[in-house]
Amino acid sequence: MQVLLSMNGIDKAFSGVPALRQARLDVAAGEVHALIGQNGAGKSTLIKILTGVYKKDGGDIAFDGRAREISSPGGAQAAGIATIYQELNLVPLRSVTENVVMGFEPRRLGLFVDWPEAHRRTREILSRFGIKIDVTAPLGTYSTAIQQLVAIARAVSLDANLVIMDEPTSSLDDREVEVLFGVVRELRNSGVSVLYVSHFLDELFRICDRVTTMRDGRTVSVRTIKDTTKLELIADMLGREVEEIETAGMTDLGGGEKQLGDVLLEADGLATDRRLFDFSLSVRRGEIVGLGGLLGSGRTEAARALFGVDAISQGEIRLKGEPWKPGTPSDAIRNRIGMLSEDRKAEGIVPDMSVRENMTLALLPALTRNGRIETQRERALVEQFIKALGIKSANMDQPIRELSGGNQQKVLLARWLATEPEILILDEPTRGVDVGAKLEIQAIIRDYVDRGFGVVLISSEFEELVEGADTIVVLQDGYSVTTLQNPGITEDALVSAIAHHHGTGPA
Amino acid sequence: MPGAEAFDLRRTLGSDGRNAGVWIALVALILFGLARYENFGSAYNIVSFLNYNSMFIIISIGMCFVIMTGGIDLSVGSVAAFSSVVAAYLSPLGIEVALPGGVAAGIGFGAVNAFCIIAMRIPPFIATLATMLAAKGGALVISDAQTISVDWGSNFTKLGMEKAFDVLPWTIVIVALVAVMLWVVLEHTALGRTVLSIGGSEDASTLMGLRVNTAKAFVYLLSGGCAGLAGVFLASGFGAGQPLEGVGWELSAIAAVVVGGTLLTGGLGSVPATVAGALLLGLVFNILNFENGKGTISLSAYWQMVIRGGFLFAVILLQTRVGGNPEKAG
Amino acid sequence: MADNSISNGNRIAPPATHDLTSALRTHGGLIALFLILAFNAAFTPNFLQVQTLFVNISQVATIAIVAIGMTFVIATAGIDLSVGAVMALAGALAPLIFQSEFGAAYPALGIAAAFAVPLAVAALCGLFNGVLVSVLNVQPIIATLILFISGRGIAQVLTNGNLQTFSNPYFSYLGTGKVLGLPFQGWLALALAGMAFWIVTRTTFGRYLLAVGGNERAARLAGAPVRKVKIGAYMICAFLSGIAGLIVVAINSASDAARNGNLMELDAIAAAVVGGALLQGGRAPIFGAVLGAVIIQLVKYTLLANGVEDEVALIAKALIIVLAVYIQQARKE
Repeated sequence: MQVLLSMNGIDKAFSGVPALRQARLDVAAGEVHALIGQNGAGKSTLIKILTGVYKKDGGDIAFDGRAREISSPGGAQAAGIATIYQELNLVPLRSVTENVVMGFEPRRLGLFVDWPEAHRRTREILSRFGIKIDVTAPLGTYSTAIQQLVAIARAVSLDANLVIMDEPTSSLDDREVEVLFGVVRELRNSGVSVLYVSHFLDELFRICDRVTTMRDGRTVSVRTIKDTTKLELIADMLGREVEEIETAGMTDLGGGEKQLGDVLLEADGLATDRRLFDFSLSVRRGEIVGLGGLLGSGRTEAARALFGVDAISQGEIRLKGEPWKPGTPSDAIRNRIGMLSEDRKAEGIVPDMSVRENMTLALLPALTRNGRIETQRERALVEQFIKALGIKSANMDQPIRELSGGNQQKVLLARWLATEPEILILDEPTRGVDVGAKLEIQAIIRDYVDRGFGVVLISSEFEELVEGADTIVVLQDGYSVTTLQNPGITEDALVSAIAHHHGTGPA
Repeated sequence: MPGAEAFDLRRTLGSDGRNAGVWIALVALILFGLARYENFGSAYNIVSFLNYNSMFIIISIGMCFVIMTGGIDLSVGSVAAFSSVVAAYLSPLGIEVALPGGVAAGIGFGAVNAFCIIAMRIPPFIATLATMLAAKGGALVISDAQTISVDWGSNFTKLGMEKAFDVLPWTIVIVALVAVMLWVVLEHTALGRTVLSIGGSEDASTLMGLRVNTAKAFVYLLSGGCAGLAGVFLASGFGAGQPLEGVGWELSAIAAVVVGGTLLTGGLGSVPATVAGALLLGLVFNILNFENGKGTISLSAYWQMVIRGGFLFAVILLQTRVGGNPEKAG
Repeated sequence: MADNSISNGNRIAPPATHDLTSALRTHGGLIALFLILAFNAAFTPNFLQVQTLFVNISQVATIAIVAIGMTFVIATAGIDLSVGAVMALAGALAPLIFQSEFGAAYPALGIAAAFAVPLAVAALCGLFNGVLVSVLNVQPIIATLILFISGRGIAQVLTNGNLQTFSNPYFSYLGTGKVLGLPFQGWLALALAGMAFWIVTRTTFGRYLLAVGGNERAARLAGAPVRKVKIGAYMICAFLSGIAGLIVVAINSASDAARNGNLMELDAIAAAVVGGALLQGGRAPIFGAVLGAVIIQLVKYTLLANGVEDEVALIAKALIIVLAVYIQQARKE
């Protein structure tokens, strides 16, 4: 087997926090190689080093038989590495053709772009994917799936030796996934290597040859797909023994074991303009309702609709039996709903503000008298939550950006608990926090629910959902397709619920 | 379909037909003027109108390129004033020296802008605001705060006052040439497409391996050069370098660019539509002058500023309505 | 520490390092002030005299007042280019009112109206800017560019471009009055700064202001009234500009719509940034802005007193702005 890419002993730290420690990755010529790991395992960082977006702190990269220093995305492309990023790296305002050929456009007289040739080439590449569209129209006028395939078309058109695909199927439907797999196989047959990053383990078994697993910034295993099982891969990713996973629960939420109270929140047939088409659920007192589904299935969109972030175009919400139409987040907060958002950095913390100011942000209206903040009451309250949740910070006036991810998350959780909500929507509450903080956060959630409140829980970790939720609403492509009840939900049952409905369209 | 792509009039004139409005408004205003004023269609009015507005057209085109990258250049007015003084000083050496000299002065300020924005990573409006100050101060320093008369004996004044081939003033010919050239650059070269791509998404453009910094440097140099050229026109047209001129020109240019359908956030834009926008803005004032002449209204010069601002306001309102959701674009 | 080599993909702020840049960032203003004072004491003739203090206080007050307003706007990650034009507008209105027939007939009411109406109009200008920015999502530079040009135009249309001179001791007190031996407007600027500081640190509005500037999406999701906060910031800025406009008119006993507040947006932005405001938003150092205003004024004075031309002073100011922004900018990267 001829080695195309070899990355060895790669180190990278951000502000002193290590993201990669001695990571390594080998890709053979003409193979489809999977790279897996949980969020924060270091996959994206490793890829960004390979593509010249980040600079490595240490280690070696050899590509195509030579040692390389890749210092920019342009350099990576020139070396023969093409990348399709998870966040589409395209320009929606520009035409499809431009998005495919820019940087490598055919020219006349060495200066002028040969548009007829550029359009022809673009059409030809896209037709290999079975897509026939007006290539002169702005890319943004097409669906995300088409845009995704255009990104792939761009990568393919560069005649690269290595094509990196970061979560390429997360926004594709079944038919499009098949098209993509066809392209991947075609690439492999023509001798091009594909580095395939995906959360969806089933996919790996369909098209990959080998798989590298990462955890906590290290490379923990390299396996041949034929000789491995899904369970082994999961065990690698989580750092547990296979037997351990088979016999014991991973999480501490302990759902489905107690009596539930009245209905707190009901949603019926919700739709928004953000790819949510038909979503229903009901949350009772003392209940954790999980939202299950793949990335892009509409889980976060459903949460945003319930919290009044996205305008609801169809359907209705009943709050404790009364019809209610959320207008804005502050509207939802007044009605005693809280939402811990998925992206802690972009939508959670205000980095330069202190722990105290971050914690009381949602509570300000209640702390205000005549426009003034009641500082004494604020401090007492913050003190109390820091103790109760075991938040580790120098003092309450420390800027939140200096805290660890887990402690930041606890502060944000406190932000919502302080508003004494009856319904708490938690979007990936334990993502990117260490195991200790994770168990603590789960305990806080359980304690909160036990006081007779309701939780809507979104998690990409099936274990967390299966073990923690009393009920799981399974979403797909913006539709809620089925509901599972605990006790009795297993991870397999959840996976099969997601898989079973996949492709059958709206139920 | 393929045949239609090459000769799509909508895409040639504007970016995507989204700015058909500016052409319609332009034609409507011309028809209105022709019908209402006797001398509106006279050769004298047309030529003097184009001559006067050639400065604004050229600045607007430069501004258009900057705005297409999502940037802004607030320094164009004072840079033009500075260049007019430079050109006036150089005028005894003839047009061969004064014209390139004035343009080079503008490019110099453009280089300062580019350096501050790209190398020092200072936000464009702050960098160009500072250059606006510096150019203004510089113009006053080198001119000693006086208008600098050009050398009437040299061939410099021919630029603004004589006609090429006895048909059109030189300024108009030059503007037309520059406009066509830049239109070709925008539509038919990788550089032009990179400019648009940066405005659409700078991050994506970097990840696509495009020469983002080169293109950004290009637009600020270009805008500086265009302002320099306008300064040369100013000096030749009025027979003097004008260190105090140029106030509010950036606003006119921005308005013209926006009227031409260019998104203020970048990523979409068109040279012909920008020219149309500049003409439209000029025409509004031309018609107001005629109305003043007829005595139906009596507007002081101060109204010009108010109307310019109102015009920009109206255009922004239109763009937020028509342009739809700018968040989606990013 | 590899802090500086991190690409901009990583937004985690580095832990405080004690290199030159960070020292400049935190104490740059005070260091600059000290250097300027030392330079002047040594070289500028007649610097250490009471008269110099008076001149500078009366000049610095207007810059400081506008810079405080600008700090509110910059805290939301915005910018207000229209402050100078709003000054001109407010300044043009006041004499028109107290010199009108109404003002002559009811002097007391006339004076009251000469304060109230211009300030109300100024606040309306702020409302206009704020609505454009927060409701119509127009970029702050463009939104405030409209009044930057038109506002002064309106002021000139109102006065027909004439210089309005007047003698009205009550109104002039704003610019020439003395309290405890120091110019009244100096005290006014200090009082306004104190009030602004209280708003930023003690009120809900202040907290929301910093949250909106620090992370707008997070603030919105935490229930912050983002639009109202932004509109409020622009209105405060315009209102304070109005006050500054009135002061300038009172000092001169004349209103010149063409010159009142000319280039003030630059002074105010420079003062705010020198004082530690971050263009990306999220910080509102009020007394920093006052310090910045003092520095800007002293630089002007130093150049002028040492025979440097006004025009060269413009270039110096341009350099200060670029340098200050550059130093602040390094903080986020």
